[in-house]
Amino acid sequence: MIRIANGQGFWGDSLEAPVEQVRRGPLDYLTLDYLAEITMSIVQKQKSRDPKAGYARDFVDMIARILPDLVERRVKVIANAGGVNPQACRDAVLDIARRQGLAGKVRVAIVAGDDLMPHLDSMLARGIELKNMETGESLAGVRPLVQSANVYLGAWPIAEALAQGADIVICGRVTDTGLALAPMIHEFKWGKDDWDKLSAGTIAGHSIECGAQSTGGNCQVDWQTMPDYADIGYPIIEAEPDGTFVITKHAGTGGRVTVAGVKEQLLYEMGDPKEYITPDCVADFTTIKLEQAGENRVRFSGIKGRPDTPFYKVSISYTNGFKATGNLMYSWPDAFVKAKLADSILRQRLDKLGLKFDAIHSEFVGAGACHGEILAGEPSSDAPEVVLRIGVRSQNKAAVERFTKELAPLALNGPPVVTGLGSGRPKVEEIVAYWPALIPKSEVVPQVSVEVA
Amino acid sequence: MARVRLVEIAHARSGDKGDTANVGLIARDPKHYLALVREVTAERVKQHFAEVCKGEVQRFELPNLGALNFLLHESLDGGGTMSLKSDPQGKTYSAALLRMEIEVD
Repeated sequence: MIRIANGQGFWGDSLEAPVEQVRRGPLDYLTLDYLAEITMSIVQKQKSRDPKAGYARDFVDMIARILPDLVERRVKVIANAGGVNPQACRDAVLDIARRQGLAGKVRVAIVAGDDLMPHLDSMLARGIELKNMETGESLAGVRPLVQSANVYLGAWPIAEALAQGADIVICGRVTDTGLALAPMIHEFKWGKDDWDKLSAGTIAGHSIECGAQSTGGNCQVDWQTMPDYADIGYPIIEAEPDGTFVITKHAGTGGRVTVAGVKEQLLYEMGDPKEYITPDCVADFTTIKLEQAGENRVRFSGIKGRPDTPFYKVSISYTNGFKATGNLMYSWPDAFVKAKLADSILRQRLDKLGLKFDAIHSEFVGAGACHGEILAGEPSSDAPEVVLRIGVRSQNKAAVERFTKELAPLALNGPPVVTGLGSGRPKVEEIVAYWPALIPKSEVVPQVSVEVA
Repeated sequence: MARVRLVEIAHARSGDKGDTANVGLIARDPKHYLALVREVTAERVKQHFAEVCKGEVQRFELPNLGALNFLLHESLDGGGTMSLKSDPQGKTYSAALLRMEIEVD
């Protein structure tokens, strides 16, 4: 049996979770997810300003805190913290190891080959269209706007890095599920066509990839009695060579691991449950058998899967216009009616100015912003306050800029009693949009290399 | 037959893929799964989210988990960074579905 933990569900998750995972109980592997779809364009921008940047700096700071523990406890780390510059991320980690007197004791691998930016034009020229999976459009139409293009690699190159003796594996864009599946492939010597086992490992990865969402965080069942949210434990897989596994957490931590809570995480971001496609296999979520196997332990068995597809998924980001969003808070009495009126006045003024927007979107926070459209009837006129939240989107930056200057005047020349403008005009943001595509696997060569500190 | 709000017999979690939201709906007690299958059809969910969901609603069954999964296409104002919604990832749609009332045995 091996223990594989998650210590980070997204870049911005708890800084303490990975430290606690390593220090509060036995562990073999610590996996960390840093790269949301939009993150690649941010790190790409950082790299264009500084060739030594372009990766998750939080990861390096975290390694500096726990490297001696990792070495002492022989815990290996797998993270997609490399962003668009895994080499620079590795250099930073190797540097920490040497400064902490651990030279010769830490092997750091990088998994790269996911970055398509250098090959994009030649691929398009050869007729690889990278069509948008949602709209069917060819990427050629937005090529000059593309900021980043990365293939989601799977578990196999990570397993290869582990086979080469890596203690820390730093990846660029890889699937979240691959981070957890790789150590199972490596330790249990699973084969490329062990579809059921690969699917089990994939589902194990899906179950822990969002951190504490499988151990009681953001869980709707019995949240009122959730033990110790403040010290919530993050998930750990106890994986067996036959593809069965248990999800649990360290003893003494808060939260709760139950069949009901695990079901919620299984369905998170789910498409067709019979067709959960990764680079490694197609997992079938309708074959999972769950049972409570003790306090804070849920056992998975029975998982079936099918062969992988001939494609990798590509995550492309491109600039697509501008947006801005601002807030005005209206007080009782009749807060909702006033906020509605302010919205209407603002729209009339934008109209008069002749400003063109692709979208204007208004919400009334406190009076149904979450699912107001689904409620019947008008919100209560007795609400203590209602916030008008209004946003615009346009290809024309000047129009969005002008919008940001039209909110404040309402404080003095619109309905009473309004506040909330203290933080100034809303900021204009350039939109970096997401373009999902497929690419034949034959076009991509994953690269693995290991260096010793 | 009795009329109940889904929140009394089910729980849910929702997320996003681009402009599509997914809502997973789970029976608290497996005995209510068949009522969910019978009552919470793709058509009813489309109707429930009429103002939100501009595309089609697809439904998938997971009897092993006593759960249904719904895909609500074109429901997030473009999704991700494009969206002007304060909930661009449809995280609150799980709770929105639990407002629905159905008949149970």
